[in-house]
Amino acid sequence: MSDLANGARGDLKLSHITKSYGDFNAVNDLSLTIPEGSFFALLGPSGCGKTTTLRMIAGLEEPTQGSISLGSTDITHTKPYQRPINTVFQNYALFPHLTIFENIAFGLRRRGIKDVDDAVNKALNLVELPHLAQRKPTQLSGGQQQRIALARAIVNRPALLLLDEPLGALDLKLRRQMQIELKWIQKEVGITFVHVTHDQEEAMTMADTIAVMNEGEIEQMGSPADLYDNPGTAFVANFLGQSNLIKGTVSGNDGANQIIDLFGQKISLQKNRSHAVDNSIYAGIRPEKFRISRLETATSGNVLTGGKVEDVSYIGVSTQYQVLMPWGQELMVFEQNDDGVAPFSVGEPVNISWEPIFTFGLRGDEDVEAGTEVSPDEDLDEE
Amino acid sequence: MKKISTPYLLLLPGMGFLFTFFLLPLFNLAQTSTQTPISGGDTGQNEQTWRFGNYVDAFVANKEQFSRSFIYATIATILALAIAYPLAYAIAFKGGKLKNFMLVLVVAPFFTSFLLRTIAWKQILGEEGFVVPTLRSLGIISQSTTLTSSAFAVVAGMTYNFLPFMTLPLYASIDRIDPRTLEASGDLYANGFTTFRKVTLPLSMPGVVAGTLLTFIPAAGDYVNASILGSPQTKMLGNVIESRYFKIVDYPTAAALSFTLMAAILILVTIYVRKAGTEELV
Repeated sequence: MSDLANGARGDLKLSHITKSYGDFNAVNDLSLTIPEGSFFALLGPSGCGKTTTLRMIAGLEEPTQGSISLGSTDITHTKPYQRPINTVFQNYALFPHLTIFENIAFGLRRRGIKDVDDAVNKALNLVELPHLAQRKPTQLSGGQQQRIALARAIVNRPALLLLDEPLGALDLKLRRQMQIELKWIQKEVGITFVHVTHDQEEAMTMADTIAVMNEGEIEQMGSPADLYDNPGTAFVANFLGQSNLIKGTVSGNDGANQIIDLFGQKISLQKNRSHAVDNSIYAGIRPEKFRISRLETATSGNVLTGGKVEDVSYIGVSTQYQVLMPWGQELMVFEQNDDGVAPFSVGEPVNISWEPIFTFGLRGDEDVEAGTEVSPDEDLDEE
Repeated sequence: MKKISTPYLLLLPGMGFLFTFFLLPLFNLAQTSTQTPISGGDTGQNEQTWRFGNYVDAFVANKEQFSRSFIYATIATILALAIAYPLAYAIAFKGGKLKNFMLVLVVAPFFTSFLLRTIAWKQILGEEGFVVPTLRSLGIISQSTTLTSSAFAVVAGMTYNFLPFMTLPLYASIDRIDPRTLEASGDLYANGFTTFRKVTLPLSMPGVVAGTLLTFIPAAGDYVNASILGSPQTKMLGNVIESRYFKIVDYPTAAALSFTLMAAILILVTIYVRKAGTEELV
């Protein structure tokens, strides 16, 4: 056992990491700092390089270029078994020939720790499965195996815990429950968690900071609220939730706001929420930020007139509308069913309004379809 | 019509076959093993006298061949395991698209006759082969040493002949190992050697047990390798049984030896399987 595995602590730093397979760069010049003690998520569609990045941190792949350091120690070429890093694998990879107890004790025993009972039992208690110690992995349900995989990693008190799509194989209800539990466990043990997922909801529920990855690069990084409310690119706007992106031009200034011309109708946008580089711009508004109203109802804030309801879907807590605008674009509007107003019917003429602070601006040369063609629920192994 | 459960009906042909061609002859053989020659009768004419002393006599007279059978079979099994394990491991984990092709290559020798392949080893290890001159020029064996008609040749032949029986079950069990468990082991502070000892080997134990049994059992009873590649000094029990039956026409001794061999193998295998099956490999 090297001193490194016991000693190194601190922020994880990836500097200009590239991983190539032939001509293809799975990860391209990626730099990233993950602060010690944080819950960090790498979010992106299948094939975006997030799993490759995770495997390089674990030491299961070597970067073609760049370096990885933990605290002040360079671990770029350190063997996996010499890194103070443990992984919760996709599909868990528990040892089928060992009992649950021995699975959890595996890492401790390899480091020459003789008395493992205490630590293993603590870990079993943490995941609330102490009664399963003498079972074999195949006798456990998926959710139980997932917790054991977590216990097996956490028991080693690594500097860094990597989670590779850890909840991918669980059903929706269990996944929600585990999300909350993982978040709680992370707070409890205080270990840095790096979580890889393609599920934006999962990332947003758990992580302090999310890095959205696309084609081997980081598209945008920030807190879940930052990314959702102020996406910097069309990819992020579409991959995290849904967005209405309307083509326009910057036509003037009004203090801290820009005036945007959307097909002849003027709206305002806070300057610090605009990522446009010239007068060409996409104005973005999340569907739930829209208010839909009949023509005679007074509106305030940003208003777009001349809409016509094309489609109505009632889904209990909310109603989703497709509203056709005069310039031929269909806008998505999610209305909470909390105002006692009868739903609008198909064909009805309507106005759309929203608070100006909810507008975000994207570069006019963006591909508005980016991030939409990939289904976030697609469950594929990468590479 | 009475309802007869289908599984039993399906068992019927197999059971019938085994009864007629295995159990009955076995019973017959057991009877023969306790017969004695009719005094004044022709060679091969025996009468049922229930003389169990046949077993003691046969064993005492052939102790040497008996132990040789087990020593050769054990060495051949260990050698086959040593060769087949890396081979099966490589095919399972590194075979990629060539996996099936490589498996065909493992089985390919079966397309030629067992006898022919054994005779071929006589050539390989003979004076005209490349092995002996090479070893001589390297000074590994002396100029006068030959390899044919030796224990070395017999064990080499057995190792070669039974190698596929070792490789295939090993491959089957190694191929089933999830490579992610090996990654997990490395992730949990085990280096390559420890990963092999604590994860790969225990997970491939079913293949090791099956492969060693499929090699050891036929090897212990084999007589072809010893008769083609060996000398009178390398005779195995199979050779003794063969000559008792077909040359000396001493059926009782041959039958007694057959039963003794069978019992010995059964006992050894039972002990081995028990041990390999329950041993705590952690």
